[in-house]
Amino acid sequence: MILNFSRSSMQYLQTLPPDWPGGFWWHWLVFTVIIIIFLLALVMGFIWFERRALGRMQARLGPNRVGPLGLLQPVADALKVLIKEDIVPAKADKLVHWLAPVVAFVPVLMIFAVIPFQDGALLADLNIGILYVVAISSVATVGIFMAGWGSSNKYSLLGAMREVASVVSYEIPLVITIAGVVLIAGTLSLNQIVLAQDVPFILLQPLGFLLFFIGACAEINRSPFDLLEADSELTAGFHTEYSGMKFAMFYLVEYAEALAMSAIITTLFLGGWRGPLLPPWLWFLIKVVVVFFVMVWTRTTLPRVRIDQLMALAWKFLLPLALINLLITAIEVLTWPVALPWVMILVNIAIMAVLVVLWSKLFKLGWGRVEI
Amino acid sequence: MKFERYGIGIAKGLMVTIKHLLRRPVTVQYPEQRLNVSRRIRGNELVWDRIKCTGCATCSKTCPQGVIQIITSVNLVENKYEVEKFEVDTGYCIFCGLCVEACPYDALYLGYAYERAKYRRGELVQANEMLLESADRRRSGYFHPEVAAELPRQTLLLERITEEE
Amino acid sequence: MALRTESFVLNIGPQHPSTHGVFRMRATLDGEVIVDLEPVFGYLHRGIEKLAEERTYTGVIPLTDRLDYLASMSNNLAYVLAVEKLAGIKVPERAEYLRVIMAELQRIASHLIAVGAFLNDCGAFMTPILYMIREREKILDLFDMVSGQRLTYNYMRVGGVSQDVPDEFLPALDKFVKEMPGWIDEYDQLLAENEILLARSKGVGILSKELAINVSASGPVLRASGVKWDIRKADPYSIYGRFEFEIPTGMVGDCYDRYWVRVQEMRQSLRIIKQAMGQIPSGAVRSEVPHIIRPPVGEAYSHIEAPKGELGFYLVSDNSIAPYRCHIRAPSLLNLTALRDMIIGWKVADAIIIFGSIDICMGEIDR
Repeated sequence: MILNFSRSSMQYLQTLPPDWPGGFWWHWLVFTVIIIIFLLALVMGFIWFERRALGRMQARLGPNRVGPLGLLQPVADALKVLIKEDIVPAKADKLVHWLAPVVAFVPVLMIFAVIPFQDGALLADLNIGILYVVAISSVATVGIFMAGWGSSNKYSLLGAMREVASVVSYEIPLVITIAGVVLIAGTLSLNQIVLAQDVPFILLQPLGFLLFFIGACAEINRSPFDLLEADSELTAGFHTEYSGMKFAMFYLVEYAEALAMSAIITTLFLGGWRGPLLPPWLWFLIKVVVVFFVMVWTRTTLPRVRIDQLMALAWKFLLPLALINLLITAIEVLTWPVALPWVMILVNIAIMAVLVVLWSKLFKLGWGRVEI
Repeated sequence: MKFERYGIGIAKGLMVTIKHLLRRPVTVQYPEQRLNVSRRIRGNELVWDRIKCTGCATCSKTCPQGVIQIITSVNLVENKYEVEKFEVDTGYCIFCGLCVEACPYDALYLGYAYERAKYRRGELVQANEMLLESADRRRSGYFHPEVAAELPRQTLLLERITEEE
Repeated sequence: MALRTESFVLNIGPQHPSTHGVFRMRATLDGEVIVDLEPVFGYLHRGIEKLAEERTYTGVIPLTDRLDYLASMSNNLAYVLAVEKLAGIKVPERAEYLRVIMAELQRIASHLIAVGAFLNDCGAFMTPILYMIREREKILDLFDMVSGQRLTYNYMRVGGVSQDVPDEFLPALDKFVKEMPGWIDEYDQLLAENEILLARSKGVGILSKELAINVSASGPVLRASGVKWDIRKADPYSIYGRFEFEIPTGMVGDCYDRYWVRVQEMRQSLRIIKQAMGQIPSGAVRSEVPHIIRPPVGEAYSHIEAPKGELGFYLVSDNSIAPYRCHIRAPSLLNLTALRDMIIGWKVADAIIIFGSIDICMGEIDR
């Protein structure tokens, strides 16, 4: 309804006299603020959802004391973190230390400027949508590296360097997979990609979906790739020296990135807001929650990988498969007749199965694995 | 042992975790819901029966920690030992129950309650009247099956959880 | 131009983020790889061997509970066997069967924690350890029913066990033994063939057969390296000669083998319990032994197959009411002798896993 309201209000505003003071820039401001508030609320909802789902899958309840069903738990966490003392190390680089959370958080929010919540309901209908998303999400890495550097703690620096290495390695298969989707849709604009999905791209690009999901989990440092924020990793990570609200920003960054990746996966592969019966923004939310649930599910079940296994996975497993995926998609787009999507789905799924099996047979991890 | 490396191991693990969503959680909301403890629980206090106690101090000799202090005196009029002071330092006691096993006159029992925290360390040393049985301080059935028979049955996790919902 | 690197010393400090108690490892790192390791322990020293000299023979039993606090029944059993050997006391049949049932249940409980903590160290976010703790709760309820406590049971006595089991114990045990194999299979399905677990633990921290025998390793650590040695078969104590069970042995001696051996041992323990339940006679559970015992002058050593390895008690008596000397051979301490050789060459993240797979308990190491 907010989005219908926004469209109708935009149309209303266009009927105002052209010498309206200040032009129309202020309605972008209003809707930017609305979207940011909506996102923060959604991030808090995701924190609650993850803890409850994690608890239920471990045969216990999640938080259930604060508010009905524990819904106010993220609020309680936020309040706790706000009243903590903000400690800055004495030898730290003050400006870098202060800017790092901001530089890490703002790009993640900026991704949401181009995600379509409904047909035409975007904050900015860029026609290079997905390229913008890829570019912006790389800036968040700079924020993390600034955090590691500005902390004057050699373990934070080590953690931050590992993080940068892993994020940069995983960008490449991610972008190549996106290129596969773009080939089929024929456009970079996210709105057009959703409109082009009469058959959701997860069926047309199963291998692409798998690779994107694994790459996305690795980009946002979620299990099974969360070795940088893990408890049993000794070099305690880039956010050791942060406390108080700045730490809360990093914590929010993790969940906001998870939300952003879920939203991108939904838009690219699952058909965005398309669906019968229910209003489109509700479909979008449902799909985002389902993708997030799959992320929580893998977090509950899988143990962590080691840093060298992480890099080996990116370079030796994901990258070649992404390139082969791109090649096959290109061949199909050029040669396959458009009227037979279902056969193409079956062929693609078969190719994915064959490739995964074949590649695992060839895939040997780095030093220290005994072949049985 | 065959190792499949095609991601099937991961898929099987995911199946197990998702099945747990459908099971009832095994936790209990503590202060509001409580489980019945064992009938033989070695609770955090000692219950003393003044009438049966003769002051023989077998319990004191058996105690590994030496927490029981007994002072008796001779009562020549009634020709018996009188127990003047029977003091237990529950702060130092490890609730092993050896004293309960040692008592030849069934005069000493372990308590049934386990929430016996005090605010001051001095209150942990209990003597004479503080150790008697009352509605608040019940006896547990440790080493005394006749007391155990009257206590409620223990809740077992085996019986609370049935296989599937 | 060659790069000048220097190694630095990292304290994998007494407070672990994962379990296993207060243990400190001073690791010398070169980049990410560990080149030297020095274990430092003693943070939990309580002087149990000295305290044992000041308590009567029966009064030492609560002390032995607190040695390996995750496997109390086994500690009690080892000590009580030593005293019975010293004083020449016989134990009634029913008590022997009850002891075996308790010891095997305790083995299952201890292995559940060992496996759960190992998987937790690998990073599986608490899910496996919470499932294992749920199973362990069932065993702890059974122990609670019998002895009144959940962790420090103080159940075995010189000459038998403390009290007979209540009537509802055997049906509940029967139910448990029927359900448990299903749960173990489910945990196998959860993690035994997980590729990530295999990648992190196969071939990691290999302990070769010769080294294991040389450092007197025992228990699952030794058996995972390929040596088929179990005290229950090699030098049977109590009535273990009457039950048939197998000894699972690993092949390579890496972390995965140690995990696998423990899971198989749980299954074999269930087998033993089933046989014992079928054969248990009725009768007394405690022979007539005074509260305060004076054994004749002499010495005795008894060893059992505790869940963590070979637990031994060496008692010297000088005909007084307290032991003259009580020495405890702690399996975890001797298993740790090989720690340095197992960890050198691996990365820091592997060090945590290797350390977790040996399964130690600080109560035993420091005593």
